[in-house]
Amino acid sequence: MIKAILVFNNHGKPRLSKFYQYFPEDVQQQIVRETFHLVSKRDDNVCNFLEGGRLIGGSDYKIIYRHYATLFFVFCVDSSESELGILDLIQVFVETLDKCFENVCELDLIFHVDKVHNILSELVMGGMVLETNMSEILTRIEEQSKLEKSEAGITAAPARAVSAMKDMNLPQKIKDIKLPDLPNILKN
Amino acid sequence: MALKKVKGTLERVLDKNLQDLVRGIRNHKENEGKYIAECIDEIKQELRQENQAVKANAVNKLIYLQMLGYDISWAAFHIIEVMSSTKYTIKRIGYIAASQSFHESTDVLMLTTNMIRKDLSSQNMYDAGIALSGLSCFVTPDLARDLANDIMTLMTSTRPYLRKKAVLIMYKVFLQFPEALRPAFPRLKEKLEDPDQGVQSAAVNVICELARKNPQNYLSLAPLFFKLMTSSTNNWVLIKIIKLFSALTPLEPRLGKKLIEPLTNLIHSTSAMSLLYECINTVIAGIPNHTASIQLCVQKLRILIEDSDQNLKYLGLLAMSKILATHPKSVQSHKDLILQCLDDKDESIRLRALDLIYGMVSKKNLMEIVKKLMVHMDKAEGTHYRDELLAKIVEISSQSNYQYITNFEWYVSVLVELTRMEGTRHGRMIASQMLDVAIRVQAIRPFAVAQMALLLENSYILANNSQRNGICEVLYAAAWICGEFSQHLKNPREALEAMLKPKITTLPGHIQSVFVQNILKLFGSILKTLEENEDQENMKELCQLLTSKLPIFVQSADLEVQERACCMLQLVKYVQKLIEKGAKVGDEVGGLFAGDLNPVAPKAQRKVPVPEGLDLDKWINEPLSESSSDEEPTTSIFAINHEDSKSFYKEEKRNVPEPTEEELEKRREQRKIEQMHNPHYLRMDKKSKKASKVEETEESPVMQIDLSIPLHVPGLASSDKYLKLASQDREKSRKKTKHGKQKKKKKGQPEEESDEDVAAQHAVSTLVDMPEGANTSDKEDERNSSDPFKRLDMDLDQPLRDDEILPVRSHRIVVDSLEPGDEEVKPKKKHKKVKDKDKEEKKKHRKEGKEKKSKKKQKSDEASGSASNLLMTGESSPEHVPVANGLPQSAEQEKADQEKENDLDFWMNNNSTEPSKTTENEIKTPEVNVEYANVSSEEESQKEKKTKKKKEKKPKKEKKSKKDKKSLRADYEEAEGITTPSKEQVPPSQADTPAAVQLPSMSSYVTLGENDSIKMTYDIRTSHQRGDQIIVSVVFSNLTEHTIKDLEFNVMETMNLKLIRSMGSTHHDPIKVPFILLPNSQNEGQFAFTVHEIKVAQKLKGTLTYILKMNEGSTHEKVDFKLGFPCSFFLVATPCKGSGFTTLLESGDLTEKSSIQFTPQDSEFQIILAKVCFYHHFRVVEQVEKNASVYSKSIQGHPVCLLIKKINGDIKIDGKSTEGNLLSNVLQEIKTTLV
Repeated sequence: MIKAILVFNNHGKPRLSKFYQYFPEDVQQQIVRETFHLVSKRDDNVCNFLEGGRLIGGSDYKIIYRHYATLFFVFCVDSSESELGILDLIQVFVETLDKCFENVCELDLIFHVDKVHNILSELVMGGMVLETNMSEILTRIEEQSKLEKSEAGITAAPARAVSAMKDMNLPQKIKDIKLPDLPNILKN
Repeated sequence: MALKKVKGTLERVLDKNLQDLVRGIRNHKENEGKYIAECIDEIKQELRQENQAVKANAVNKLIYLQMLGYDISWAAFHIIEVMSSTKYTIKRIGYIAASQSFHESTDVLMLTTNMIRKDLSSQNMYDAGIALSGLSCFVTPDLARDLANDIMTLMTSTRPYLRKKAVLIMYKVFLQFPEALRPAFPRLKEKLEDPDQGVQSAAVNVICELARKNPQNYLSLAPLFFKLMTSSTNNWVLIKIIKLFSALTPLEPRLGKKLIEPLTNLIHSTSAMSLLYECINTVIAGIPNHTASIQLCVQKLRILIEDSDQNLKYLGLLAMSKILATHPKSVQSHKDLILQCLDDKDESIRLRALDLIYGMVSKKNLMEIVKKLMVHMDKAEGTHYRDELLAKIVEISSQSNYQYITNFEWYVSVLVELTRMEGTRHGRMIASQMLDVAIRVQAIRPFAVAQMALLLENSYILANNSQRNGICEVLYAAAWICGEFSQHLKNPREALEAMLKPKITTLPGHIQSVFVQNILKLFGSILKTLEENEDQENMKELCQLLTSKLPIFVQSADLEVQERACCMLQLVKYVQKLIEKGAKVGDEVGGLFAGDLNPVAPKAQRKVPVPEGLDLDKWINEPLSESSSDEEPTTSIFAINHEDSKSFYKEEKRNVPEPTEEELEKRREQRKIEQMHNPHYLRMDKKSKKASKVEETEESPVMQIDLSIPLHVPGLASSDKYLKLASQDREKSRKKTKHGKQKKKKKGQPEEESDEDVAAQHAVSTLVDMPEGANTSDKEDERNSSDPFKRLDMDLDQPLRDDEILPVRSHRIVVDSLEPGDEEVKPKKKHKKVKDKDKEEKKKHRKEGKEKKSKKKQKSDEASGSASNLLMTGESSPEHVPVANGLPQSAEQEKADQEKENDLDFWMNNNSTEPSKTTENEIKTPEVNVEYANVSSEEESQKEKKTKKKKEKKPKKEKKSKKDKKSLRADYEEAEGITTPSKEQVPPSQADTPAAVQLPSMSSYVTLGENDSIKMTYDIRTSHQRGDQIIVSVVFSNLTEHTIKDLEFNVMETMNLKLIRSMGSTHHDPIKVPFILLPNSQNEGQFAFTVHEIKVAQKLKGTLTYILKMNEGSTHEKVDFKLGFPCSFFLVATPCKGSGFTTLLESGDLTEKSSIQFTPQDSEFQIILAKVCFYHHFRVVEQVEKNASVYSKSIQGHPVCLLIKKINGDIKIDGKSTEGNLLSNVLQEIKTTLV
């Protein structure tokens, strides 16, 4: 089981938090802070597994994370998950984000948290791995965005125009997340 | 209207959306809080509006704010409003918000039940999808109970996407509503063989999670999982299954044996590190006695640890530490590598290496390793790692009764040195070690006491840090040791003065109490010596000192300290009076603390047996009716203190009440006698006992060291010198093999330890106090009863009881009209006497097979099934079926159980013959050995079947192959075709129980070829798992009186069909059949083919060559044959529910149509239907009189739907499919069968 999925940047600002076990909001923030503290002081060339962290606690639990450019992707899992499998799942998640946002960067995650949630819900459901096959995930997401478009229809046009206007003042998007070519340990 | 809409849209445009909010927050960095407060006000405004889109937008913003830590529970009701929208986009926002913020105590959740139910049954697949995803995050016991049935329905949806999600969410449902597990389990099991990989993976996932907590209930699934493991290619599924096996194997050793081969194969062959790692883990957990496999694992792990990838290194060490428990020797050979990892820059890796250190130590290297760890400790940053190191030092030194410590002086010095570590949380641990060593190693006491006195003198250093569990805890040990063993103190007076320093009062209460107690002990011993010297002056002065200093403790806020100090003060004053009178008091005061103490065994308290007739739960006095509330604070203070001291005593392994000398003596005698007679008691080695005595009586080496190195310089002992000493010593002993007159006397040492060539200098007493009659087993207490998984611990193989159905919403009236215990809901449809019929039904089942069922009855049966469904779901879809089991007859149940057990046993035992066989095959055909493993087990079962044929039909491996099951089904009088939807609900455990055997001779085996000596029949088997593979199973019958051997099977391959051969052989090489045929016997072999094209029927030419061994010599013969693959053979009978069938037909996916009409041979429609189903692999979806719709699916996933009608003696079949060729070919084949 996955207990929590956190995404935060190099400064510990949360970009996505998904808890599959209930914590009150303040405790969630504490967990994010603590996890950031644990993860951020580690070099890039050390292993991606971490024990400890009292809040997420229990000897059965482990933190498995990956660091991409400015973002940390952290999964907290128990012993029923395969460590390397989860590492691969993170990779699948990030690659899916990359496909969906076309060169994903931190700003995409900041401004489209809802979309990130939707994507994540195709990978993990209630703390259990739902799908790991990327093409299947992408088909589902595409189908849903088609549905979304058909529902929005003509009435959404003005809204889109306005948001396009708003986007103009946006500082130039930095496309800084480059996916390193990691050895795909687990390929389906 | 339109205008209004446009206006609404325009207004919406000007609203702040999520992007604006984020941007706004980023622009208001300095007063973020204020800005967000404004935004929340805006959101509240928006939520009040009618427009759904505005609300959704507001909720979307709330999701973001929730992530930043703002509580959004106040908006719960609005979130539900958004969830209830008809638009997918809006609904999705609602569900995401709900999954982020709802939890069990969200009270509005109970409003959602119906809405979620509606969404689950929505036509739009994604509506149901998001509902499932959302529900998985906030499911409550109520929701689980109310929706379990709807989710069960989704598990059989035609859309894999929904099936997958429904299967997965069942785990959450089980957790909240354990009663659902048994009714849902058969279907869950079914999903393990779902054609869709995702669904299969989800089902495996759920069962693995369940089995992790209660593995014993899932043992019966082992054969199925074994099959999946050998057939699946999906690494995710494989990993989960292998993990599951590691939970099952400890319960069933035979399973471990069976797994050795496939696991080692995987370890050798896989390139996926994750899979390799899990295989290794399972080997370690499951077959720890198979040394060869463990060796292989250790080798592979070494490769992992040496890898440059830190992750692999980490996992390698992790797995290695598991091997350490069972095979310490194998791990020890990699000591170099592990010690090297201690220096790794990565803390996670160092911690893992530390775990392994435990097994690396020996008498020789303990000192070195500890030295190394202490150096690490000095360098270490971060208290976590430092504490780990400290704990590890203590752990490795103290393991198995200080087995590896040769010199306890060294160890005491190490402990003393450890007290200098700052900020540690392990003060208590060090303290209990000091106590333990001082109590149990008698020879070390003088040295320990000297060291402790030093600690007391320098107590101000330690007392500064008075946090709980901090290093000041060592003072507890120091004070106790100095007091208890005061006879060894060089200068008791100094120690006493050190203990009376005012600084002591800053220490925690429980430490002060020990100080007070031990001051008295010291007082007693000093008094005694002074009295012997008749030094009245000093005695008086001593009393004076105490009466002046003790009041600082009397004023203590800690009650325990206060009480003890008061008591003591009075005692001292009394003694003072007596001394002034000139009375001799020394002996009496000393007598207070006479006697030796032994440590109490851990858990001793818990193991005291409860005397008969004592009820611990009964009130001795009736409880007070109500305690006033203002009393509580004081009690809680007491409680904390109490707990604190209690836990400490436990750790310290010491009794508080001190028995008198007499009592002690008596007890000791008793214990000795008891121990003599108790075979389970680990008696202290006589030799070592002698050793300790020797050392006690003789001059102990300690003193000599003490003389050589003055310890009284300020500062504490250093452990380094012992390291040097030890190495010098070793060198010396190497030079002189015998030196009896060394200053270290070794003659007292037990001889057997010489294998290590480093002898221990002190003996450790293993004596511990245990209550009489205590249970000596070390088994821990059962799991906490509040554990949610305990509730999921239930027997899943038991057939379902009548009352075990998922709760279904139904009208009250209907429920009321039910007779209690009647599990079938009465159908309202045209049948009026259903109740009677139900009863008949039951009777019928009881005598199953003897009575012929009339057609009418079947129908009523069927109708009642579907009618009850209608009632239960409360809607018109017949797809929903009660999961209740209709026929729980006890006798049958038992039989089924027994068979099931035999079944598993059979499967488990089966391997005893198998490995030899498979290994034979393996030599020649390493590539296909997976298939062969299957084949041979199949043969086994075949043989078994034959021997038992006459007695009773025995179900073989459950679900081992679809075909098997089907042939069993065919044993029912009405064959497959009549299977009604309700019957399909019968859990497999029941479905597989054969009734009586009265076979209408329908066999799918077709003659392949024959000559005088041999006959071959064959059948083709397909499976959902492999869309590109089919298995041809050929039965070879020996018609002669001679043995036939060296059978070789070969076919001419086409582009479409290829025989899977062993690696390295070309497509001309024949396949060897892995058995010989004894006279007049038959055996079955299976050959796997890969298929590319399934639309047209195929035929392959082939030959079988064999050697006929006769008395006069052997002849080489051959048979030619043609292996036909009709299209029907590529179909897999797939169950399909009525509604699913209708949706499929309406979906417009089935573009190809075809129909055929002919006059059949049989006139009975039932028989026709049965034949179609049996020979052409269809399942009946619905049958109304002489019309029936049937369904099947090709191995490549093309659905085929047929409508069979009987019109005036003619049969007309209309078919629809996605694949035209396939359809028309199948229809032609059906015609051929029936005409």
